[in-house]
Amino acid sequence: MKIAIASGKGGTGKTTLATSLSSHLSETQDVVLVDLDVEEPNSRLFIRGDQTHSQSICKQVPEWTGDCSLCGQCQEICNFNAVIKVGTQIMLFPELCHSCRACSELCPESALPLKPRKIGMLNQIQAGNLIFVESRLEIGEQQAVPLISQTKDYIDNHFDESYIIIYDSPPGTSCPVIEASKDADFVILVTEPTPFGLYDLKLAVEVMRKMKKDFGVVVNRDGLGNNDVLDYCDMETIPVLARISNDRRIAELYAAGELIFSTIPEFKEQLLLLERSLELSTVVDPV
Amino acid sequence: MKYAFTAKGESWDSEIDPRLGRTEFILIYDDKKNELSAYSNSEITQQAHGAGPLTVQKIIDLNPDILITGNGPGKNAAEVMSTSEIKIITGAGDMKIKEALEAYKSDKITG
Repeated sequence: MKIAIASGKGGTGKTTLATSLSSHLSETQDVVLVDLDVEEPNSRLFIRGDQTHSQSICKQVPEWTGDCSLCGQCQEICNFNAVIKVGTQIMLFPELCHSCRACSELCPESALPLKPRKIGMLNQIQAGNLIFVESRLEIGEQQAVPLISQTKDYIDNHFDESYIIIYDSPPGTSCPVIEASKDADFVILVTEPTPFGLYDLKLAVEVMRKMKKDFGVVVNRDGLGNNDVLDYCDMETIPVLARISNDRRIAELYAAGELIFSTIPEFKEQLLLLERSLELSTVVDPV
Repeated sequence: MKYAFTAKGESWDSEIDPRLGRTEFILIYDDKKNELSAYSNSEITQQAHGAGPLTVQKIIDLNPDILITGNGPGKNAAEVMSTSEIKIITGAGDMKIKEALEAYKSDKITG
């Protein structure tokens, strides 16, 4: 089972939920938490354990041999302006390259061979029974998608279906979020009951519907703002899986890098509610 | 001497477009012919990324000696620019084209 924790708006509580949900589930089951917010991964701040694996992640980008007739086909074929012909040279902008290989394959003189370029690091950490994997994008790299995609490949190659896999996704509704959630069996959209939260939730719902994803909403900082998010979910028949109170103690624990569920019973209650609705609990708790 | 300007319009009274990569127009003034010509750069709005190098490529093709602009080139645009001999003058972002040319000639704006 793969669950992606996403949101339209940033800072709604994806990491708070992802770290607590995966740590709690790992007490009874095999769980892998994967931080796919590769541009600013911060799940690790809450996970204490030993690093068991680390590797570089590369993408393939063209390199000009410096020897061609400057026909310019490479520039014409590139949709991302990653290769342009200036004067008597071909200039490449690898951070714009989407590794589609078109320029390299179509070059009549084979003057653009592909070379690996490091775009980030993948780390694996063992924290009790919880396995945590994160990837970090290199500073200056502009594209998160190739790193997210290769991190998911790593997960698929190392963990079979007996694991519950939880993706802590990037915020927003653009390519990185789509890449992070496209093969999830279920997507949890975390939002807050404010006009900003609702506005971005609507965008995220639109994306999830377009991707034909099974999804539900977790309202964080419940009690803040107004009732519009709940009314919207009601009207759109979107299940509200849990409601986490707007509680200063949660913010304090988060700021201290602590998991929330072990200290705040009301939070744990909502976590159990969420696990039950996702049919993840192994033990049936008295309601 | 041939001058290039990043511009929001097509005349001497147009304002400098402070952006280089996403400038609306490129104006070329040839002082030997006393001629001002305008080239639209409007198709750049369709590019999500890589606007700087493309616009600079266009400017290089117009073969000016000096480029007068506002904010100046970003990293990629500067890299393309460095393949040419064109001198870049920045800081004209809040001027009209004619004022920018005067400011350059009187050394009020420099590289």
